Amino acid sequence: MKDYSALKLIREGLTGQKGWRPAWQTPEPKPSYQAVIIGGGGHGLATAYYLAREHGLKSIAVVEKGWLGGGNTGRNTTAIRSNYFYPESAALYDFSVRLYEGLSKELNYNVMFSQRGMMVTAHSHHDMEMAARQYNAMRINGIDAELIDADGVRRRVPLLNFRDDARHPIHGAVVQPRGGTGRHDAVAWGYARGADSLGVDILQNCEVTGIIKEGGRATGIETTKGVIRAEMIGATVAGHSSILADMAGFKLPIHSYALQAFVSEPLKPVLDTVVLCPAHATYVSQSDKGGIVFGGGLDRVPSYGQRGNMPVQEVVVGALTEMMPALAKVKLLRHWGGIVDVTPDSSPIIGPSGIDGLTLNCGWGTGGFKAIPAGGWLLAHHMANGRHHEISRPFDLARFTTGRLVDESAASGIAH
Amino acid sequence: MQRFPCPFCGLRDEREFHFVGELGKTRPDTSGPVSDEDWAHYLHMHRNEKGCVREVWMHTTCAELFAMERDSVTMEVLGTTQLRKDAS
Repeated sequence: MKDYSALKLIREGLTGQKGWRPAWQTPEPKPSYQAVIIGGGGHGLATAYYLAREHGLKSIAVVEKGWLGGGNTGRNTTAIRSNYFYPESAALYDFSVRLYEGLSKELNYNVMFSQRGMMVTAHSHHDMEMAARQYNAMRINGIDAELIDADGVRRRVPLLNFRDDARHPIHGAVVQPRGGTGRHDAVAWGYARGADSLGVDILQNCEVTGIIKEGGRATGIETTKGVIRAEMIGATVAGHSSILADMAGFKLPIHSYALQAFVSEPLKPVLDTVVLCPAHATYVSQSDKGGIVFGGGLDRVPSYGQRGNMPVQEVVVGALTEMMPALAKVKLLRHWGGIVDVTPDSSPIIGPSGIDGLTLNCGWGTGGFKAIPAGGWLLAHHMANGRHHEISRPFDLARFTTGRLVDESAASGIAH
Repeated sequence: MQRFPCPFCGLRDEREFHFVGELGKTRPDTSGPVSDEDWAHYLHMHRNEKGCVREVWMHTTCAELFAMERDSVTMEVLGTTQLRKDAS
């Protein structure tokens, strides 16, 4: 697998680019596998990769109804961070950030993880007190953090609105220096290539239409390419998790909503960090191509339509022009919507589904991209060992019955 | 903007409406003990269907709750009905 290098690039350049091979194969489904992962997005591909790499499984398939990374992996704003309030969340998301830090080398594939920092602004005296609380929580959780004043914000992001008549004047910010952005497609493609090289079958255009249960245990799937048997099944289908649960005969504490995001025409570099303004519920960064990438809150109407709708578009675009008035005349290039799986506490669900043989990784809501390496690692760990990793234990589905929620939607005060 | 039909006010801007929950959930009978599982199921578990859904919505300007049937993929509204019992 480790065949991408500067030397190879030069050699191929000199010899007419004839030596490149496909990054992954397109096999036909086998009748049975040891493990089948439903959903070929980042989490699914990462799960397959770690099942093969860390747990030595030889017979694994990833089943994807469309194309790799065509769901939420290709429909987000690529922010990666672990600035969480609760210790359980900080442990989970920082595990992911640490895996991201080594991912390009691990996969021999440039996922372009750029640790340009994640800034969350404060817009009043009271916001600053909450910012200090957030900063303290992060430091106690072992996460890197800085608390800066308005002058510090102005030095780092002069593009923000510092006018006297700003709707939400800036008082300061909490910064996580190790936060940043990654290249969304490269994360999916890198894991796909890594998994393929370890013998994983990646089955695209293969939609799951049913879960086969025998004696109460999930033993296989029905797909548009026939029946596939499996000793264990992992589900990483994000906004469609409730549909999959319905096939298997149970319900999940999930509502599916569209989350939309936007990218502008490419500009010269104007913004070298990720900025979230909670008062505007809008966040923004600039991609390496120069596009201003930004997004806001969920759509207001539960939906499976993979597109945005006007009311939220109006709010988010309006918020950006107030946050950064200099961008008001920049033209939008594209906008998109992904279907996200929102849980009551805005924390994910990892672990047993209640049906033997079927393990879940879902409920990431609006923040699944940053968690791809950890989500894959932890689902693989549970599938291979039949029990939780310490990091995933608090995120078991059982918490909705015990009441031990990890309520980040209330604690962090930030968009998820 | 999409417009939703309020059974009381007619077609209005979608921003005047608030999603309340799925239609047809029954609150557990609290005159006796209720198990954690039953409470959790009532509070948190949803059908979250793709396609035709039946939901409770509120028209925030007139504060009336009503049932809406719609398609969760196309967003087409299939019909709305009031939840009030007839006064007569």
